[in-house]
Amino acid sequence: MKIIVCVKHVPATDARIKLGADGKSIDETGINFIINPYDEFAIEEALLIKEKLGGEIMIVTLGESSAIESIRKGLAMGADKAVHLVCENVALADPWAVANRLAEEIREHDSDLILCGKNSADAQNQQVGSLVAAMLEKPVVTSVVEIEAEENTVTVWREIESGKEVYELSLPALLTVNKTEHEPRYASLRGIMMAKKKPVETKDVSIENGAIVVEEMSLPKAKEPCKIVGTDADSSGDLANLLHNEAKVI
Amino acid sequence: MKNLVFIEHADGKVKKASLEIISVALEYGDVSAIVVGDVDSATLSQFGASKIINVAQDALEPYSSGAYAKVIVDCVNQESPDLIFFSASRMGMEIAPLVAANLKISMASDCIGFSVDNGTVKIDRPVYSGKSFVSVAYNQMPMIVTIRPNSFEAKENPVSAESVNFAANFEQNDIASRVKEVIASVSERVDLTEANIVVSGGRGVGGPEGFAPIELLADEMSAAVGASRAAVDAGWRDHTDQVGQTGKTVTPQLYIACGISGAIQHLAGMSGTKTIVAINKDPDAPIFKIADYGIVGDLFEVLPILAEEIKKIRS
Ligand SMILES: Cc1cc2nc3c(=O)[nH]c(=O)nc-3n(C[C@H](O)[C@H](O)[C@H](O)COP(=O)(O)OP(=O)(O)OC[C@H]3O[C@@H](n4cnc5c(N)ncnc54)[C@H](O)[C@@H]3O)c2cc1C
Repeated sequence: MKIIVCVKHVPATDARIKLGADGKSIDETGINFIINPYDEFAIEEALLIKEKLGGEIMIVTLGESSAIESIRKGLAMGADKAVHLVCENVALADPWAVANRLAEEIREHDSDLILCGKNSADAQNQQVGSLVAAMLEKPVVTSVVEIEAEENTVTVWREIESGKEVYELSLPALLTVNKTEHEPRYASLRGIMMAKKKPVETKDVSIENGAIVVEEMSLPKAKEPCKIVGTDADSSGDLANLLHNEAKVI
Repeated sequence: MKNLVFIEHADGKVKKASLEIISVALEYGDVSAIVVGDVDSATLSQFGASKIINVAQDALEPYSSGAYAKVIVDCVNQESPDLIFFSASRMGMEIAPLVAANLKISMASDCIGFSVDNGTVKIDRPVYSGKSFVSVAYNQMPMIVTIRPNSFEAKENPVSAESVNFAANFEQNDIASRVKEVIASVSERVDLTEANIVVSGGRGVGGPEGFAPIELLADEMSAAVGASRAAVDAGWRDHTDQVGQTGKTVTPQLYIACGISGAIQHLAGMSGTKTIVAINKDPDAPIFKIADYGIVGDLFEVLPILAEEIKKIRS
């Protein structure tokens, strides 16, 4: 089974966000970057499928040169090779343009299964996976929480608001991966050593941002300090009254 | 301007999130509502849809995002709307990008602010897990906008509506992914993402049975029940209930966090809430930094009495 996993390099989920000088992006100083959490679940699923059926896993990343850290981490987890499309200003780029460039790359390789994270933790558009699928004319199921792969088919469980849907797809297909029950593995020391020797093809690319203009970025409004209503169950009545009369939410 | 709004429903009852998008669209022109299957169409005209485009469900059964997308593309080609609205639900967010790709138009995801000024669409949306927001301008129409549930008010605006039928046409290719089976969750509660009130439990709940007082309080307020990742990873609740970075994002009026420390990844899923209440034993728990009201105490003692007090107020 040939699997391609699209991986984005994003700020760590515990990063404190400050605005950049242009007021349209974040200040990246001091921020740690990681594999986008859903992409990490996707890599884990790919590894489990490879363990079951054999095959090869390729990572495709569109991102700044620093994104090589996430690529190496994915290789250390067990992916076999990678393509790094080196490109500036990817964080909040037009999802259409991102998908278009990824699709162009993916077309150049054989693949049975393409996995993307459900969304990126920075732009959180939830578009790229579906757009790539449409551009490649491959069937897509989004927000997948469980995957059972066979040689030519996959059965997948998609999380919806009121439960789960089950799909059986013939390959090739694209899935966008939600959190699954398989906690992404840590890279072993051996994995980290081996990753250094695995092939990473780099290409300098640029993308057009189309008709989209980020005009401004802002931070959430500062919150009033919390009103501590009390320190035991006796304060429940006061809390109920505040929610009713002051906050007017019940 | 002409707007096309995709309506979602559960067994004919229009979802609140779909009424919200009718209200958003109505501010900027006419609303045509496209709906698959039999729906309570009086509700749609009650909220302002002046044209109801009905697509028979049988051809589109079982659900296939590709087939839905194809039907909506055909409808857009016939109706030529300026804006196409979806709710940023699981269904909306699956179909909308396929429509965007097919029509080669832009799509703005999960908007919490929306306006049109001189042909320019301006939207606000959360980025970086709600730790910041961007205002984005699109100088292009038609385009697709998906709106985060619970971010706009659904307002009644009765109009008389014309009702038309629309034939679904699609090919085998479009239905390459088609639902085989639906596993409905056992809960009879409102969807987390649509709920006005959410009561959530974390590791402090101690086990699956520890959710009983949370369920009790939720019952009292017709609320949805959420959970932290710690509670989900421990196997006490299903991932469908998880709120946060790798779970759902909720924007209710009221969020009550019980036995949840308030990790930044949990806040990612609920910081847009209007009023946050924390019930936690630890006065230094970070959840109190974001909460509006708090009780420093044992949730097992507080919740049953809080449920009683709320019952009194509501009756
Ligand atoms: C990539 C990534 C993604 C993540 N995604 C998510 C996500 O989507 N959602 C999420 O929630 N987390 C997520 N996390 C995990 C997050 O960092 C925290 O570990 C998690 O939120 C902790 O859950 P908790 O607050 O229930 O548990 P804890 O942090 O253990 O807190 C338990 C709290 O309960 C209190 N308590 C205990 N007993 C009682 C009692 N009897 N009465 C009252 N209070 C009591 C304690 O004082 C404590 O504050 C993610 C982490 C990472 C790295």
